[in-house]
Amino acid sequence: MPTHPFPRPRLAGILLLVALCALTACAPPRDGRPDDVLVIALTAEPRSLDPHVATALNDFRILVNVYEGLVRFRDGTLEPEPALARSWSVSADGRRYTFRLREGVRFHDGTPFDAEAVRFNFERMLDADHPYHGTGPFPLAFFFAPVARVEVVDRRTVTLHLTEPFAPLLANLAYPTGLMVSPAAVRRHGAGYGRHPAGTGPFRFLRWDPRRRVVLERNPDYRGAPARPRVLVFRPLADPMTRVAELMAGGVDVVTELSPDNVALLRGDARFTVLEQGGPHLWFLILNTREGPLRDRRVRQAVNYAVDKRALVTQVLQDTALVAAGPVPRAFAWAYDDALQPYPFDPARARALLREAGVAPGTELRLLAPTAGSGMLAPLQMAAAIQGDLAAVGLAVRIETHEWNTFLARVNRGLAGQADMAEMAWMTNDPDTLPYLALRSSAVPAQGGFNAGYYANPRVDALIAQARAATDRDGRARLYRALQRVVHQDAPWLFVASWRQNAVTARAIEGLALQPSFFLLLHDVRKRAVGKAAP
Amino acid sequence: MRGYLLRRLLQLPVVLLGISLVVFLVLALLPGDPALAILGPYATPESLAALRAELGVDQPLWRRFLLWLGRVLQGDLGRSVSLERPVADEIAERLGPSLLLAGTALALATVLGLAAGLAAAVRANRWPDRLLTLVMLLGISTPQFWLGLLLVLLFAVHLGWLPVSGMLPVYGAAGALEVARHLVLPAASLAVVVAGVLARLTRGALLEELSQDYVRMARARGLPERAVILRHALRNALPRLVPVIGLQTGFLLGGAVYIESVFQWPGLGRMLVDAILSRDLLLVQGGVLVMASAYVLVNLAADVAQHWLDPRIRMS
Repeated sequence: MPTHPFPRPRLAGILLLVALCALTACAPPRDGRPDDVLVIALTAEPRSLDPHVATALNDFRILVNVYEGLVRFRDGTLEPEPALARSWSVSADGRRYTFRLREGVRFHDGTPFDAEAVRFNFERMLDADHPYHGTGPFPLAFFFAPVARVEVVDRRTVTLHLTEPFAPLLANLAYPTGLMVSPAAVRRHGAGYGRHPAGTGPFRFLRWDPRRRVVLERNPDYRGAPARPRVLVFRPLADPMTRVAELMAGGVDVVTELSPDNVALLRGDARFTVLEQGGPHLWFLILNTREGPLRDRRVRQAVNYAVDKRALVTQVLQDTALVAAGPVPRAFAWAYDDALQPYPFDPARARALLREAGVAPGTELRLLAPTAGSGMLAPLQMAAAIQGDLAAVGLAVRIETHEWNTFLARVNRGLAGQADMAEMAWMTNDPDTLPYLALRSSAVPAQGGFNAGYYANPRVDALIAQARAATDRDGRARLYRALQRVVHQDAPWLFVASWRQNAVTARAIEGLALQPSFFLLLHDVRKRAVGKAAP
Repeated sequence: MRGYLLRRLLQLPVVLLGISLVVFLVLALLPGDPALAILGPYATPESLAALRAELGVDQPLWRRFLLWLGRVLQGDLGRSVSLERPVADEIAERLGPSLLLAGTALALATVLGLAAGLAAAVRANRWPDRLLTLVMLLGISTPQFWLGLLLVLLFAVHLGWLPVSGMLPVYGAAGALEVARHLVLPAASLAVVVAGVLARLTRGALLEELSQDYVRMARARGLPERAVILRHALRNALPRLVPVIGLQTGFLLGGAVYIESVFQWPGLGRMLVDAILSRDLLLVQGGVLVMASAYVLVNLAADVAQHWLDPRIRMS
């Protein structure tokens, strides 16, 4: 054999090592970021920083730090309190809302916030003839659909005239769709406004490098206490594994929307803080009340008894959700009926009800489920677990899965002819929203609503209408409690769970509190200097 | 040669037309509504219908395709509905990062593949060869995204040597060195499979050449073994390997879709995934068109290189 033709490549090896060193060890340390710079992981590239255009929670996480509305949700609740409006009053007939505005507030572009600005904000969204209506579309403008006219009483006073009493108005104003944009900035940037936002909030927009980051800086002229972080950097990280890896490597300080597995993993790790907060979210199955076995209320109740919600929440969702009792999530504390208990897990009762209703063992039920989707948690595992529970009482569930957009298109056109059940999840800002859009008899898909299971009960319709017209909160709360009991009894849905939002931060991060609204307010968050921690 | 090149280049539009038609049909068959994808679950039927009309998705399929084709021939790729900007602008921004990643991965795979194949061939059937063959097989069989995650865990999370994701640091200076640091892990994950394939082929091709008479002659003439392998055997094996490198770029472009997702690399692969999920038909079409062109052009270049390396191969 010939002698070895290639001697050990010593020089090449050394060069390679030098190159590796240059790229790794010798590079600046990743913790070179100052402590007053916070990096927050988003779950996707933002769509728009125009609060009237945005519909995604992902965008809201930025928006609520840049803008303010006339009202906002009080810390830790879903109850409106004053923000840019100092106070408000409602006329006795519930059709006029008058807001007294704060003095001396300026938008980030230096222009004043006044009653004219408020009028511009609503008219841009609602009036198709408004010169800047074309800067939309405004998909959530229907939150303010009853607003017929915005009257500028004086510089500091503005009145919203409604076509009908509309009690959810205040909660809708506290939603990001009610945040106030600078009219001057909209006029200046037109359709490009969503990339050049100007509000009145504690942070102002600095730059947006697509696919890399959105950067906000502290607003030195903020009307309240200045924000603690000097700079906020939002990073789009669509892959949940990447979000976890970035958190562990110190590349980001705050991550949200981790999977149940990852939350469970990080809960036990002293380097991180896991925050959880129940929200106005509901995960349920729409049941087809028009055709098939689920037309019978006893069968729908049987389904509710047969499924072990507790096991779904603790095992499939690993405690990232709470068991739901009815159509109003517990986060609406003021309107929630504490006396209402979830359907207990009672397969014997379910079998008895099925027998009574004459449903033969082995009857097939078709279930539509998405592979993934906004607020859907773990839709396939949930479907499989529900299938197992229903099999135990003699119902054979056939699961049909679709990609999210396809799924939505199918469900939103109604279950008739397609399925007996469909998974669904909603996140709302007022106890009115979900019943109004998805339980009213006139909200069936043919009439543009989301009542895909065709539930119809005149008593429920009346309660929804009365609650919308009620002007005092306690009266509304009583009506919603009555609504919950009726709907619970009728069981048009299989009530399953309300998601608890999660966020995980590095241990050094302090002052972050998750809100029931799921908005991520960051003005009070601070990072303890590394190595200078209190003993 | 010139005639051949010209003919191949003329085929390009035909290939692209075919690909566009297939992609168009596949997307049309996909269930789901682009208007719903844009407006979200709260959309009212009226706003959905209005947007469908605006997007033209209420038109018959053939009409939409012809409209699109007419605009593309005038150099207009259309407007992305999900990003609200021209498709061409989006692709222009994404092309650079994609070329950088795929180019680096291809270079890395070529160097690693040839070196490993060579090293295995000269030690054929001894333990270094067996070890290398095992490594090559592992490389070929490893799913790229999984390897990517493992590399991230080791080098970014545990050792902290390299960044986890992205192309530029999220805060602070953004120089070439920073890009290089961000490039290491995705390029390596992307290169491994191609390197494995190339190494196997290099080993096989070299072993075949080494058994030829001209190699025995060269050794008999007393040429150093190094010269025998590099100047004679490898030189003769190369023309067979070059077209394979060209074909493997297709694999790199496909793999980039996973790798760009795992590493949040701002390239065309990730753009395509997002575009498909949001039913952004024009963006998908534009992206596929660019990737298909790249694939055809790289393979053309490989054919030319093969001819240049081995003038006996006739280009006709």
